Amino acid sequence: MAEYTIKVRRFQPESGEGPYWEEFNVDLEPSLAVLDGLLQAKDNEDGSLAVRCSCRAAICGSCGMKINGQSGLGCKTQIGEAQELANKVASAAGAKVDNAPIVIEPMGNMPVIKDLITDMESTHWTKIRRVTPWLLPHGEPPEREYVVEPESMIDITQSMACIQCGACVSSCLSMEADPDFIGPAALAKAYRFVGDPRDAETHERLHDLADDPHGIYDCTHCFSCIDACPKGVAPMDQIMRLRRKAGEEGIEDPNAGHAHEVAFVKIIEKKGTLDEAMLVQESYAPGIKGKLKPSKRGIRETIKSLPTILRPLRKRKVKLRQAIPGTHHKLPGDAMDDVKAIYAHAEEHNEEFNLYIKGEEGELVDENVEKGIERSTDPDTAEAK
Amino acid sequence: MSVGIISKVHPVRSHSNAAQGGINAALNPGDSWESHAFDTIKGSDYLGDQDAVEIMTREAPEEILHLEHLGVTFHRNEEGKLGTRAFGGASAARTYYVADITGQAIMHVLYEQLMKYSEQIARYEEWFCSSLAMDENGECCGVVTRNVADGTMELFQAKSVILCTGGNGQVWQPTTNALICTGDGIAMAYRVGAKLMDMEMIQYHPTTLAGKGFLITEGARGEGAHLLNAKGERFMEKYAPNKMELASRDVVSRAEQTEINEGRGFPDGTVALDITVVPKKRVHEALREIVLVGRDFAGVDITREPIHIKPGNHYTMGGVKTDVDGRTDIPGLYSAGETACVSVHGGNRLGANSLLDTLIFGKRSGRDAAARAKRIDYARTSKKILEDEEAMIADVVSREKGSGRRISEIKRELGQTMDGKVAVFRDEAGITEALEIVKRLKEEAKTAYIDDHGSVFNQDLLAAIELGYMLDNAECTCVAALERKESRGAQYRTDFPERNDEEWLKHIDLERTDDGPEISYSEVTITQWEPQERTY
Repeated sequence: MAEYTIKVRRFQPESGEGPYWEEFNVDLEPSLAVLDGLLQAKDNEDGSLAVRCSCRAAICGSCGMKINGQSGLGCKTQIGEAQELANKVASAAGAKVDNAPIVIEPMGNMPVIKDLITDMESTHWTKIRRVTPWLLPHGEPPEREYVVEPESMIDITQSMACIQCGACVSSCLSMEADPDFIGPAALAKAYRFVGDPRDAETHERLHDLADDPHGIYDCTHCFSCIDACPKGVAPMDQIMRLRRKAGEEGIEDPNAGHAHEVAFVKIIEKKGTLDEAMLVQESYAPGIKGKLKPSKRGIRETIKSLPTILRPLRKRKVKLRQAIPGTHHKLPGDAMDDVKAIYAHAEEHNEEFNLYIKGEEGELVDENVEKGIERSTDPDTAEAK
Repeated sequence: MSVGIISKVHPVRSHSNAAQGGINAALNPGDSWESHAFDTIKGSDYLGDQDAVEIMTREAPEEILHLEHLGVTFHRNEEGKLGTRAFGGASAARTYYVADITGQAIMHVLYEQLMKYSEQIARYEEWFCSSLAMDENGECCGVVTRNVADGTMELFQAKSVILCTGGNGQVWQPTTNALICTGDGIAMAYRVGAKLMDMEMIQYHPTTLAGKGFLITEGARGEGAHLLNAKGERFMEKYAPNKMELASRDVVSRAEQTEINEGRGFPDGTVALDITVVPKKRVHEALREIVLVGRDFAGVDITREPIHIKPGNHYTMGGVKTDVDGRTDIPGLYSAGETACVSVHGGNRLGANSLLDTLIFGKRSGRDAAARAKRIDYARTSKKILEDEEAMIADVVSREKGSGRRISEIKRELGQTMDGKVAVFRDEAGITEALEIVKRLKEEAKTAYIDDHGSVFNQDLLAAIELGYMLDNAECTCVAALERKESRGAQYRTDFPERNDEEWLKHIDLERTDDGPEISYSEVTITQWEPQERTY
């Protein structure tokens, strides 16, 4: 047993007063959860302390909250770890502290109703409904099941693992800047349909999410949602997959992000390092075809990029020689072989960032052992890999 | 037709989320509903009603396909068709699944459909039911509710009411069940005179974490995990030489408890579940949730070392007595899922039959409830019931601090008492003692006070009402467990260790009176499977 001080941001809507902080001293095992601490305070001291909770095991998604400023689930954050983080934060500001209060607040990007209870309906759920969150197959269903690639079901299971707790929404920096951003949870939900081979509206869904100024291109790639998600859904990854699919469907990306990404990958594949002088033209007018018949947008964007190219030249951060496309050197032969090997590896493991396929980070350490097991028990899958 | 769903939590928070392993159906070529039915009946220790089991197992394949068509992301085999895994007590691999989040996947897909049809179905999310409304003819005509968000009380008039409020696991501590599983529907039905059945039949799941009681899916054993005692012996060899770890849950739980009681467990009162024998790739694909539970709640990497587990409270086989269309003894009142007792599970539920029970009898209840609603007119409801409820709540809110015990104290004592005395092994002395404690706690609950006097999200008040529900559930379980003087399924009486078909092949029904539950019996329906000795 250990003693902890939890400092809760409280708000009692019927008191007529604003939010305030209250500290509770609780006594529990370090391996128990922050939620257990809150419930101990509620059970023993103040039953009016309001917090949604039910399963205690990170499956119902009720207890989203901020702990030491980080969004997550109260039931999944061990109080001992929360204490360490609280100490680290407090020590960073000055002298070493070993019993800093663990700070608990309601989730962000949502109105607070009472204490740790937020209004998820007007924010989270409204955004979920925005992405047409139900399967839209064409025609009558088959007599038996839909026959689909087994991998496709495992692929979208990562999105299905979402428990709608709102932690990602709470942590989303883009949504702080643009409250209308559809957001990480709803877009991860959207991928569950876009990636579902049974859904017949893939193209329409992608257009809808790409054309909306608050849609898939409104994400700034900050990784907060990936950190916050207690279930490994990695909403940002799902958003990036939506972008990639939109690119594959020929949907124009207002930020040219997809074209930029393709150009980047191709240049490095060819030269081993980045030839920055080629980046703009390859992004907007890729390959010979792109240069012979540039699109209107390509020309417009290239002209718009000129000041960005000229500025470093003027400030002499870049020499003129370096700014001429195509003069950038290639890596020596054996180094290029390494680059090629990396590309081949990446190609081979294209879909393996899905947790249902590769497991958690760090579990890859003994990948070879794992492969050995696979070969001996499941030759088909091992071969496919 | 006007349909509303009232739920005390947002629907996706409901406890069907926790059904990890899967859902059974005889859908594979070579499998048959008769085989599924027989396994279910044998699993029930012949207390399941065979007509109901036949309906459930016959309708199961169609239900799986329906869910698949709605969008549930069921696991596929190499041909891209629905794939299965093995589960306890089953003679074929007939469990369909989504990794180990099957219940969550199904519930979230059904919620997708609710959003799709939101024009036709009204959702009352975070509305708490405090009692059922009855008309002068003794028919159910609605529910009294409290809007949790603002505390307003509302009487919902209804021609049909279906109770699907889950089980009563919170009566035991620890339990795999969520904090919301407080037996609300069972108690509300009991209070208006509906009969309860098989209330002694409480399932202890073989693999729960010590301490908080979290569930490790039976799917782990379905994938090949072993159970080991502290000496490293695969002890199920002694208790179920054929099915080993995949015997029925009551059998496995008793085996574990025996090992623990006889000193072959670990010092923390557990035995070990060894998942390291399952190939790692398979663990990531099919048991990922368990990897997380092990890591986050036990500090164990299940792919590298065994995890300590013990039997823990898990499922309410008993509940509100219904027929195969969900009808209770009270016209207009229906029940389905864990709240109800049709009974398909009898003395012991097979793994992956609970989602199936809920879906099949939920559907059938819905159909019959709709037919009734089309047939009849609204009853006249009196405002008095709403006033009574408001008065009850005013009484709870007005109790002075220190006037009695805290709600949480009573709840804790109840949970520990039930887990100590009405669990895997039971006897007359223990159950009697538990019943006396429950009666005392019922008295103490009348003066227990709360801290929150507000209207907005007054969770303190709801906990007080839930405590009342839990105490009614506990009393009924004790009375029925004391009455059944034999060992069958989850009810194991050390003072009556044998199954006794001659005297006890019957259901125990309970009806509320002012002096406590009144006992009667009803017959077990047997269609084609005569009771046999049960070995695995």
